[in-house]
Amino acid sequence: MSDLSDLYQEVILDHNRRPRNFHALEGASHSAEGYNPLCGDRLTLYLKLNGDTIEEVSFEGAGCAISKASASMMTDALKGRSVGEASALFDRFHRMVTTPPSEPVEDLGKLSALAGVREFPVRVKCASLAWHTLRAALNRERRTSTE
Amino acid sequence: MERSEQRSASVVEAPSAKLDVARIRADFPILARTVNGKPLVYLDNAATSQKPRVVLDAIASYYTGINANVHRGVHELSGRATDAYEGARERIRRFFNARSVREIVYTRNATEGINLVAYSFVRPRLRTDDEVLITAMEHHSNIVPWQIVAEGTGAKVKVAPVDDRGELQLDAFERLLTPRTKIAAVTHMSNALGTITPVAEIVRMAHARGVPVLIDASQAAYHMRIDVQGLDCDFLVATGHKLYGPTGIGILYGKEARLDAMPPFMGGGDMISSVTFERSTWNELPYKFEAGTPHIAGAIGLHAALDYIETVGFEAIGAHERELLGYGTEIIESIEGVRLIGTARNKASILSFVMDGVHPHDIGTIVDREGVAIRTGHHCAQPVMERFGVPATARASLAMYNTREELDALGRALRKVREVFA
Repeated sequence: MSDLSDLYQEVILDHNRRPRNFHALEGASHSAEGYNPLCGDRLTLYLKLNGDTIEEVSFEGAGCAISKASASMMTDALKGRSVGEASALFDRFHRMVTTPPSEPVEDLGKLSALAGVREFPVRVKCASLAWHTLRAALNRERRTSTE
Repeated sequence: MERSEQRSASVVEAPSAKLDVARIRADFPILARTVNGKPLVYLDNAATSQKPRVVLDAIASYYTGINANVHRGVHELSGRATDAYEGARERIRRFFNARSVREIVYTRNATEGINLVAYSFVRPRLRTDDEVLITAMEHHSNIVPWQIVAEGTGAKVKVAPVDDRGELQLDAFERLLTPRTKIAAVTHMSNALGTITPVAEIVRMAHARGVPVLIDASQAAYHMRIDVQGLDCDFLVATGHKLYGPTGIGILYGKEARLDAMPPFMGGGDMISSVTFERSTWNELPYKFEAGTPHIAGAIGLHAALDYIETVGFEAIGAHERELLGYGTEIIESIEGVRLIGTARNKASILSFVMDGVHPHDIGTIVDREGVAIRTGHHCAQPVMERFGVPATARASLAMYNTREELDALGRALRKVREVFA
């Protein structure tokens, strides 16, 4: 049986309590809203690109600990990355949270704290909401939904 | 079905005033299982209730003994299946005290019943600026169908407010009844708050202004006796799977004169006229609203479920559930940082709550690890969440088989949530 502490790791609880980059972003070049209709989690993601580089990234919204921590950790991970790198990171993150718990996954540094959601299939959407919203923002879609 | 005579016999036993919860639990096979290594504590009854063995047996014995299509053939099994299916309709009539089986229409669920009334009864009568009156604590199923029919006609959906306790503001409701109101569609009991609405008074107020009333009894029907003649409502909907019966079977009650004047809903009429030697039967109520092969096993399972409820008795069920609600309220209120949403003076079986600093979804996951099943989210009642300024709530909902020990387990699980998020 999976342990709760796999899901609610200290780093996740910390990001939930004190989310990083948790504000609107003036002069954002890209933004999108993400919505998980299952639980009502809702967030707005802001990006400021300088050429191909993500110079600033922030988010606002309300959601469960997993979705909030995931958004917070994602914004930390994206700063300074190119759009191509961000897009590749989306794929790697998505693979990590959807790989069956019995199989090994790539080490994604701090983001690996979220690998625990694999043990809780109904919570995978919580962890991936921010990332789907990132992709929508980069594709210039206003809204995305986990459904 | 031979079984039905036995069931009827058991119903006439005088219901005991005190409910023997251990005996009841033994009738529900699923309650013996474990979840995540812990005994199942099932507190998501407002979403769907568990099924007693008599319901499962009734469905199995239909399929193993008399499976055939109804109202069709002259062969033995078809006759027996039809008797069982129509016997269930008579059982439902008695359960809700309708005047005639012609007033009992089988549906898939309460949602389909509301849609049937919206499309067949209300839509043809709606003109621009007409109104449909609902309340601020309706389930989405009693909001969206009205929006759809209103949109096509230029009519409006009006909403009677609820106060901070979650009680319907009856004076405001009354003021919203106007000559333009074509129907008032009101829940009997809120699935998100537990509030019981004063439906008899609502019907009286509406009828005084010539407004027909639909009552959504989905939540109320498994907690308290409902008498459609006593209420004098025009329509009432309920769903089988909350009444300890199977999914996929629901009930629409409609006054015969109302149903008679309504066109068919599902286009069964065309099909009916082609079966010429059965035409006269099919054109009658309630069959004109039952196009296609129905959920025969579902009706038979629901029959057994209603027998079961009445054998236990609403008096005993109500007393037990009230006692549990009081105890559960104390438990919830004893947890640090927890606030109940929905504190109506007249409420039943629902403990909807939020916890400071913890999203309901996280509460749901953590208590699930302790074997405790609760619902988290907006409960298909987003406007209620908005009214109370919360994105979602956690909800424990009670049924006749729940125990004080299970509420203790909920309390322990909620303290665990506090520990994780300390």
